Amino acid sequence: MSSRDLILGRVRRALGTPATPDTYDHAVDRGYLREHGHRTAAQTVDLLAENLADYRAIVHRCTGGELAGTLALLLDQRGTRSVVTPPGLPESWLSETDAVRVPDEVTNTPAGLDGVDSVVTACAVAIAETGTIVLDGSPDQGRRRITLIPDHHICVVRVPDQVVSSVPQALERLDPTRPLTWISGPSATSDIELDRVEGVHGPRTLEVVLVGGA
Amino acid sequence: MSGTFVGMPAFPKAAHEAVANTTLRANLKHATHTIRDKRAKAVAELDDWALLREAGKQIKDHTLRHLDTYLVQLEESVTAAGGTVHWAADADEANRIVTRLVQETGESEVVKVKSMATQEIGLNEALEEAGIAAYETDLAELIVQLGHDRPSHILVPAIHRNRGEIRDIFQKKMGSWGRPAPEGLTDTPAELAEAARLHLREKFLRAKVGISGANFMVAETGTLVVVESEGNGRMCLTLPQTLISVVGIEKIVPTWRDLEVFLQTLPRSSTAERMNPYTSTWTGTTDTDGPQTFHLVLLDNGRTDTLADDIGRQALRCIRCSACLNVCPVYERAGGHAYGSVYPGPIGAILSPQLRGTASDIDASLPYASSLCGACYEVCPVAIDIPEVLVHLRERVAQGGPATRQGNKVVLKPAKGHAAERAAMRAARWAFTHPAALTTGQRLASRTRRLHPRTLPGPGRAWSATRDLPAVPAEPFRDWWQRTHGGKETDK
Amino acid sequence: MRVALFLTCVNDTLYPDTGRAVVKLLTRLGVDVDFPLGQTCCGQAHYNTGYRHEAEPLARKFSDVFGDYDAIVTPSGSCGAMVRELYPRMGERARAEGRGDGLATALAPVVPKTYELTEFLVDVLKVTDVGAYYPHTVTYHPTCHGLRSLGLGDRPTQLLRAVRGLELVELPGAQECCGFGGTFAVKNSDVSAAMGADKVRNAESTGADVLCAADNSCLMHLGGTMSRLHTAMRPVHIAEILASTEEEPLS
Repeated sequence: MSSRDLILGRVRRALGTPATPDTYDHAVDRGYLREHGHRTAAQTVDLLAENLADYRAIVHRCTGGELAGTLALLLDQRGTRSVVTPPGLPESWLSETDAVRVPDEVTNTPAGLDGVDSVVTACAVAIAETGTIVLDGSPDQGRRRITLIPDHHICVVRVPDQVVSSVPQALERLDPTRPLTWISGPSATSDIELDRVEGVHGPRTLEVVLVGGA
Repeated sequence: MSGTFVGMPAFPKAAHEAVANTTLRANLKHATHTIRDKRAKAVAELDDWALLREAGKQIKDHTLRHLDTYLVQLEESVTAAGGTVHWAADADEANRIVTRLVQETGESEVVKVKSMATQEIGLNEALEEAGIAAYETDLAELIVQLGHDRPSHILVPAIHRNRGEIRDIFQKKMGSWGRPAPEGLTDTPAELAEAARLHLREKFLRAKVGISGANFMVAETGTLVVVESEGNGRMCLTLPQTLISVVGIEKIVPTWRDLEVFLQTLPRSSTAERMNPYTSTWTGTTDTDGPQTFHLVLLDNGRTDTLADDIGRQALRCIRCSACLNVCPVYERAGGHAYGSVYPGPIGAILSPQLRGTASDIDASLPYASSLCGACYEVCPVAIDIPEVLVHLRERVAQGGPATRQGNKVVLKPAKGHAAERAAMRAARWAFTHPAALTTGQRLASRTRRLHPRTLPGPGRAWSATRDLPAVPAEPFRDWWQRTHGGKETDK
Repeated sequence: MRVALFLTCVNDTLYPDTGRAVVKLLTRLGVDVDFPLGQTCCGQAHYNTGYRHEAEPLARKFSDVFGDYDAIVTPSGSCGAMVRELYPRMGERARAEGRGDGLATALAPVVPKTYELTEFLVDVLKVTDVGAYYPHTVTYHPTCHGLRSLGLGDRPTQLLRAVRGLELVELPGAQECCGFGGTFAVKNSDVSAAMGADKVRNAESTGADVLCAADNSCLMHLGGTMSRLHTAMRPVHIAEILASTEEEPLS
């Protein structure tokens, strides 16, 4: 007998015959909240900014017209010489920076990416209540490795369109077949005396640019 | 490699040493009290916490009641998404499968994300025997691995180590595993984290095989979820060519939507954060992004035996958050090693004797490693009534009875060493169902009360080594009542 | 209303003063309280140590002795929780084991009628000021089964706050278990003792002269620890404080 059949057989013997029909739709009381509190779209963006900052992400706000200048300034302040760019990143975003662009390509090795200073991406959705940005590998976000190896990640969030209040709302917007990365602040650990310390393997600096309006 | 748990003494003996270790006591008290207060605050932010907790319980219960259906659905979804599913009935089989899969890649080293399932089966030791080096990449796991130590906490396996001890381990051991610790390393947590970053980076960048567990597996989509903090998970899940995930069969949830409950309750319960820094989800393989080969090893190893017990089954709802450890007064004083398992604390006390059976000294003693104070149940985000299961397992140890082992129904005999207790319990039951006998005993105690010592010899020393006995009163209450209210009440 | 005192075997044998205090207190509040002599033990120690089958006849006997009363009052959170929380569970288990509804039916009547003392005072008699006088500084330890199984909440402290002359001071780490835990106290005596010593140290840090609780088993453990540590504090059951008056102070 295969282990598959063995395990499934054990499961079925363990469960016996269910006494009452038990459908998934009726098994769970979904009375919990879809979001916590009532906020306007602007207040939701404010909450996102607050919670991002609470977990040590650096938050900036600008208009669409100011974005290229803002990104150039942030890269300059960081001393960035090279920046990874996903293939679908709008051309205009990096139009004002002098940093060398390293396109996100399948041939990039981890060691090669380790030599790049920064990465700039968009995001799929941002969650205000938890201060989370989610990447889904779309062309303006690129492969997962590019937001992992460089030590400095700038993520652009279009507000208020890309911002939801809560985890349940975020899951509704996301496609589970895409590889997702949920990011809440720079990498951190609680492994030393259960106290949070920022900065381990992922990017140690996370900057989030909230872009709204022209 | 890290030590194993074979031949562990019973809990009270192991705890005896831990209680006397003042450094350990201080480390544990500091860490657990820090996280306790933070968790309470993080939970209080969500005014629907009780509803989320109940929904989490219901999702898991429903899944367990239909586990065969969801396992088959998961297998189909993962396969359709480009993954390969393997089934492992026990630890040995899981280790054989993983070893073979690594050997097929031609590699002799792997990077690992912290995973309870692979610790449970002793995968690192099995790989080592096959000449494959397994590098733990979670900071706490790294501390444990470098220190040839054993994990003592589900979330923070090195919780028993303070920053000074960690610094010493890094300084002494990092060099023999790869990049040595930086010169002049201090014990500030930020510097220690930096040392780990530097030490592991070369391993991540060259790794060809990654091994992980998973926090959740979604049956409808075939999606796996890993919740982490440091980014070592992302490194292992995305940089290697081959990813092998070893996951217990109880980690399934039916739908994508179900994650909306657990991604709210898990981070707040475990690290007391609104959200952990990184959560990765993947569904099979993705062209040109991440591993191009994905294997999922579904692990039984005692889970179906646990499923067969209608009271003990609730332990399979566990999402490994560690809130029960952090709040447990026994864990705080005995430490994680006393539990003799990778699953310490209250959840370990009900999980280990079910996954492994109650035959060994340690497993038979674990159900008693609790004062039944109920703090664990109160904080559990999936409402596992740990005290209920503890008492149920005490019954299995003390009185024996039906159980399931390796899929077979068996009738367990009462454990050895409980004969005297069993006789005492029977005698007490007899006395308590014969009030006249009880009264005689009480009066005898009162009459001889001046002769009673405040301390006891023999087995009674367990009480009186640290506590005086109460003085026996001149008369029991019932005699006073009869003297003063005699004839008033109806004596049944 | 026919009210029965379920004193518990520990109190009957070792703490008759607590029983006398409950009688005095309830009588003062106009309750005609009875002590059925057939009572012995609720079976908690058996049940929690893994001897459910030995506990069953004790539960049946409890129901038999107390079934006809309108209310059953006990000065013990843990024995109260045994009846209220675990008797229904024992009935369910017997049913699940194919032994029929007999046990569940036999135990059902006593479950809703059983009250821990402070619940009975606050919820049934609807009093918080019981006319007590106790001129001491007191700190209160909420015992686990009263706190978590019965959900006593602030009932005990409401009652204590209304006692004239009593200064109530907060106990640090109040909700943490004292380490008694029935047979846990001997089966895991090292951990139990460490928990007890920590609880006593916390109690001492308040400067109170009395450590109060609503469960004498926990107080037996803490009192024994205090005595061994030569602490100046005394353990006192809440019933004895509430029974104390200016005319008849607690000796």
